Amino acid sequence: MQDYRHSRWITAALLAPAGVFFVFLLILPLVVVLVYSFGARAPAGGYEAAFTFDNYLNLPARGKAFFNTLTLAPLGTLLTAIAAFPVAYILALKTDPKWRVTLLVLIMAPFWTSQLLRYYAWIMLLGSKGIPSWLAYIGIADLRIINTPTAVLIGAVYGFLPLMVPPIYVSLEKLDKRLLEASADLGATPLRTFFQVTLPLALPGVATGSMLVFILLMGDYILPQYLGGGKVFFIGNALVDLFLQSRNWPYGAAVSVALVLIMFLTISLYMRFILSRTDKRRAALV
Amino acid sequence: MKQVVIEFRKVSKRFGDIAAVIDNNLAVEQGEFLSILGPSGCGKTTSLRMMAGFEQPTSGEVFIRGEKVTGVPAYRRPVNMVFQHYALFPHLSIADNVSYGLRQRSPRPSAGEITKSVDEALDMVRLGGFGKRRTYELSGGQQQRVALARALINRPAVLLLDEPLAALDRKLRREMQVELQNLQRTVGITFLLVTHDQEEALSMSDRVCVMREGRVVQTGSPRDLYDTPINRYVAEFVGKSNFFSAASGNVTSVRPELIDIAARRKDLPQGLAIRTDGRVLNRIFLGEQTEYRIASDELGEFTVVAPRKAEHLSGTFNIGDSISAGWRPEHARLLPDN
Repeated sequence: MQDYRHSRWITAALLAPAGVFFVFLLILPLVVVLVYSFGARAPAGGYEAAFTFDNYLNLPARGKAFFNTLTLAPLGTLLTAIAAFPVAYILALKTDPKWRVTLLVLIMAPFWTSQLLRYYAWIMLLGSKGIPSWLAYIGIADLRIINTPTAVLIGAVYGFLPLMVPPIYVSLEKLDKRLLEASADLGATPLRTFFQVTLPLALPGVATGSMLVFILLMGDYILPQYLGGGKVFFIGNALVDLFLQSRNWPYGAAVSVALVLIMFLTISLYMRFILSRTDKRRAALV
Repeated sequence: MKQVVIEFRKVSKRFGDIAAVIDNNLAVEQGEFLSILGPSGCGKTTSLRMMAGFEQPTSGEVFIRGEKVTGVPAYRRPVNMVFQHYALFPHLSIADNVSYGLRQRSPRPSAGEITKSVDEALDMVRLGGFGKRRTYELSGGQQQRVALARALINRPAVLLLDEPLAALDRKLRREMQVELQNLQRTVGITFLLVTHDQEEALSMSDRVCVMREGRVVQTGSPRDLYDTPINRYVAEFVGKSNFFSAASGNVTSVRPELIDIAARRKDLPQGLAIRTDGRVLNRIFLGEQTEYRIASDELGEFTVVAPRKAEHLSGTFNIGDSISAGWRPEHARLLPDN
């Protein structure tokens, strides 16, 4: 007979690396951030022990960053999902299986070059010598794209599309094709079948992809920095500024706590909404 | 002559080099229960899918209620299908599954009308009160009945059933066979069932159409097919039979239950055409009957099924016993050997 007396130790040993990682690199820093957020700025910058709500009361001073993040991140996520869905749909339902993997790899291919380089490329494309100058030829003059919310949104869709396509692809690929026949058999036109069967059953994939993109977009500061040019800044940019430039760590900590709370709230509300609209058992598996 | 609801006129379907259906001229009559019977790959499912509109014929025409529907997509055909694995929508409740067809109509019926029809349809399949449940909460048999309700609520010209009982266990399958038959009589809708299970086809249908390699071999009532098969293939597929080689590529077919068996020749009944002596090779006790495998010098091996009731006259036999067997002339059929 196998001796299982040591199995608890084995379990503990297997969990240890992840446990250490989470405790020291996630929970502990979060606690530090939370404690700092109630402190005061030392005269030379940094942290000084105190207990005050001033940092939180002062949050509206960064209202613009919060506003930009909370409008452009959801909008960027939505646009990415809208752009990714047809790609995933064609890949999963209209493509010869032997080409699918190749095409998926091609969609992921931009990740092989540095994100920074790609944003630089977009600065060129969207700058005055790029797309706007081509548009001028056909009579659309003086269009400014770079350093506007539009530029940030274009960058978001471009940058995060490769993350959005795979989860949607997987949920569409798993979709039982006989359900589409059943829908047609019961008199639904192809368009109605799409909205009544295909889309609802692909929602778990859309939710997973959106979650991924939304979280990354909320915390992003490179994208707004490069394509927003300091004019369209996110909370991430505010944090960089607070911690590295003005060295107001407690205020920065309060902004971070606010960001984490907002993310947590939005995500739980969003998940609840998605789960209520789809088959719960399937969604749990995705 | 009854009115024809679905008609194939010289319908053929090719998938690349493979001919799935060849020159099919099937006609389904109003109100009947017709089964298409055949092994997998005989073209029966393809035929069904051409009626539903999921496949279009390579050549030939399809008519529904006298109207040519060749090329018309599935969503514009007045037929409904019960899929092999039910294909219920997992994201919808039972009631929303059942009302799906009604909700696609234009003008769309009122909410009250839909609720009433759904309740009636669920009652009809003995699932009253199940409307709010989810598909995964139901057993296989219940899901099957939801699929039936979902199709029948639309009052289709023909209900198409694609191996509907294949996924059920044996006992449930018997129950559903009876239920399907009753349902068909109650609603008066034409049923067209596709199956590879001969027992299923024989027990439920008014008519059976036997297919082989894309072609219809024989169509008739279950009794006709059993008693007067046109060739060895049908005799073999519909029930069991013994085949004895005869002249010029023909075989003599004798059903095992029509062969008399006795200990000595003089104990056999009068009026038998063939009498032979043999030995019992094997015996399988099946409860209501016993199946003997007999080896005879003149005829080779054959099978005899002796009903329990005959045992008080003939007795039972053990493996190795010498016996005599024979059959009446009208019970032997000369058939082409395919």
